[in-house]
Amino acid sequence: MLTYVVRRVLLLFPTLFVVAVIVFALAHAAPGSPFDPNPDRPLPPQTVERLNRYYGVDRPLYEQFAMYMGNLVRLDLGRSLVQDRTVAQIIGQQFPVSAQLGLQALFLALAIALPLGVISALRQNSAIDHGGILLATLGTTVPSFVVAIFAIYLFGLNLGLVPLVGWGTPKHMILPTAILALGATAFLTRITRASMLEAIRQDYVRTARSKGLSEQTIVVWHVLRNAMIPVATIIGPATAALVTGSFIIEWFFAIPGIGREFVLSINRRDYPLIMGVYLLYALIIAVANLVVDIVYGLIDPRIRVSK
Amino acid sequence: MSLAAAQERAAELNVISRKQRSLWQDARYRFVRNRAAMFGLVVIALAGLLAIFAPVIAPYDPTATFTAGGRQAPTLADPFWAGTKYVDPRYALGTDQIGRDILSRLIWSSRVSMVVGFVPVAIVFLIGVSVGMLAGYHGGWIDQILMRITDVVYAFPDLLFLIIIFATLRTHPIGDLMGGLVLMFAGIAIVNWVGMARLVRGQVLSLKEKEYVEAARAIGAPATRIMSRHLLPNALGPVVVAVAFGIPSAMLAEGTLSFIGVGIRPPTATWGVMINEGYQVFSTSPWPVLMPAACIAMVMLAFTFVGDGIRDAIDPRMKI
Repeated sequence: MLTYVVRRVLLLFPTLFVVAVIVFALAHAAPGSPFDPNPDRPLPPQTVERLNRYYGVDRPLYEQFAMYMGNLVRLDLGRSLVQDRTVAQIIGQQFPVSAQLGLQALFLALAIALPLGVISALRQNSAIDHGGILLATLGTTVPSFVVAIFAIYLFGLNLGLVPLVGWGTPKHMILPTAILALGATAFLTRITRASMLEAIRQDYVRTARSKGLSEQTIVVWHVLRNAMIPVATIIGPATAALVTGSFIIEWFFAIPGIGREFVLSINRRDYPLIMGVYLLYALIIAVANLVVDIVYGLIDPRIRVSK
Repeated sequence: MSLAAAQERAAELNVISRKQRSLWQDARYRFVRNRAAMFGLVVIALAGLLAIFAPVIAPYDPTATFTAGGRQAPTLADPFWAGTKYVDPRYALGTDQIGRDILSRLIWSSRVSMVVGFVPVAIVFLIGVSVGMLAGYHGGWIDQILMRITDVVYAFPDLLFLIIIFATLRTHPIGDLMGGLVLMFAGIAIVNWVGMARLVRGQVLSLKEKEYVEAARAIGAPATRIMSRHLLPNALGPVVVAVAFGIPSAMLAEGTLSFIGVGIRPPTATWGVMINEGYQVFSTSPWPVLMPAACIAMVMLAFTFVGDGIRDAIDPRMKI
C-alpha cells in the first residue's frame, strides 16, 4: 500500500509538468507581447523595451520556458502584469476565501445528498424518491449561473432577504454556498441512490435477511457500508465541480476569491496570473483524484490486491 | 398429424406470433411513449424553428439600437414588472440597457445556441468514432497515443480547458473568425473528441471478441467491412446517448464562456452574452438578464429530457 501511495504521489509531477507545458504554450501562442502599444494606454518605446527585458519576454521561447519552470520549482509564480503583487501573494490572500466557500458547499452537499440518496433508495418510488430524482435532474441540468440569477432575483431583489453581492457576513454566504452546493448535491444524490439500490440487491443482503437480522442492522452494517464505496470515488469529480463552479459563482456574486481573480485575469490577459491559478486548480484536482484512489484502496481490499 | 396439417398449423402460428421488431424499432417505441422526452423534443423543435427562421420571425435587427440610452420594461401584463413606468408596446419584451429589442435578440441567440450545440458535436462524432474504432480494432500506436492524450485531457474539467484556450487564442486571428464561433467549434471539439474516442474504443474492444466478428473474419471479410457492418452498428447505442448529452453540454459551455466575458463577442447576440451585458444593470432592471437565463434553463432541460429518454429507450437497464 505504501509503495502504491508513493508511486501515485510521484506521478503527480509528470501530470503537472504536462499541464505547465500546455498552459505555457497556449499563453505564448497569443499574438504579440503583453506590452504591445495599447491605444488606451500609450507607453514610450523605451519603457516597453525595459518591460520586455524585465519580464524576459524578448528572450527565445525555450529560454523563457526554462526560466518559468525553474521559478516554478522554487514556487515562484512570477508577478501579475496588472496588479502590484506577485501571483503567489494573490493566491495566498484570495485562495482562503475560495477554500471556505468550496468547503462550506461540500459539507452542505454531503449533508443533504447522503441522507436523501439513502432514503430515496430505501423508499424507492415514494414521494421523497421522486423529489430526490427531481432535485438531481434540475441540479445537474440547470447551469449554476442561471440558478444564481433567479435566486438573487427572488431572495435578493424582490424579498430583500440577502444582500445582492459581496462577501463577509453569514448573510452574504447563504446564497453562493447553496448554489455552489447544488450541482454537487445533485451528483452525490444520484450516485448514492444508485449505489444503494445496487447494494440492496446483493446476495449477502438476502442472506442477512434470511438469518433474521433486524432491518436496521441490515441497512447499517450490510447495505450502507458497501454502498459508500462508490460514493467515496465521487470526491474527485465533486472537487472538480466545486472548483469550476466556484469561479462562476464568485464572478457572479463578486466574492473576492481566487476564482473571481481568475476570470478577471482572463479578461485582462494577465498571463502569469492565469497560468498560476490554472496550475493551482490542476494541483487541487490532481490531489483530489489521488486521495480518491488511495481511499478507494483503503476501504475496498479487492482493489489493493489487484494492484 | 399429417404433414399438410402441420404446415397449416405452422402458418397459423406465424400469423398469431408478434410481428418482429428490431432493436432500434423497440427503442423508438419506448422513446415515443416517454412523455418528458416528447415534451423536450417539442421544445427543441420550436427552438430549432426559431433559429432557422430568425430573420423572418424576429421583429427587429438584434444589434440595432432603438430606445436610445433608456431601457424599456416589457409590455406584458406581468405582476413582477408592475409599477415600472417605461412601457412601449412596440417592443414586446422591452429593450436592453443600450436600447436593443430583447425579443429579437433572444430569437437570434437561439441560432447561435443551436449551431454551437450541433456543429462541434458533429465534429466530435466523426473524429471520435473513427479514432476510437481504429484504436479499438487495431490497437498499436494509435491506441497508445489516444491513451496518452486521454490522460492529459481527463486531468481537467472541460470548462477549465476551454477557458484557457479562449483566454489565449481569442485575440489570435483564428479567434476572430465569425465573432469567435469558429474557435468555439474547434475548442469544444478538441476538448470532447477524446471522451467519444474512449467510449467507442471500449465498445469495440469488447465487440471484436464476439462470435459474429470472428465469423466475419473467418470468411475473409476485410477490416473496413467488419468495422462498418459489424462493429459500428453494434457500438452505436452508447454513442447516440453520448451525442444526445453532448449537444446541451456544448451549448452550456458557450453560455458559460460568454457569461464570464470570453466566449462569443458582442454585438453578436447569444444568451450568455445577453446575461453578461445585462448583469451590470441587474439590480435596477433585471429583465434583460432574466429572459435569456430562462431560455438557457428551458433548452437545457429539454435536451436533458430527450437525452434521458434516448438512454432509457436504448438500454432500459441504464435507467437510474
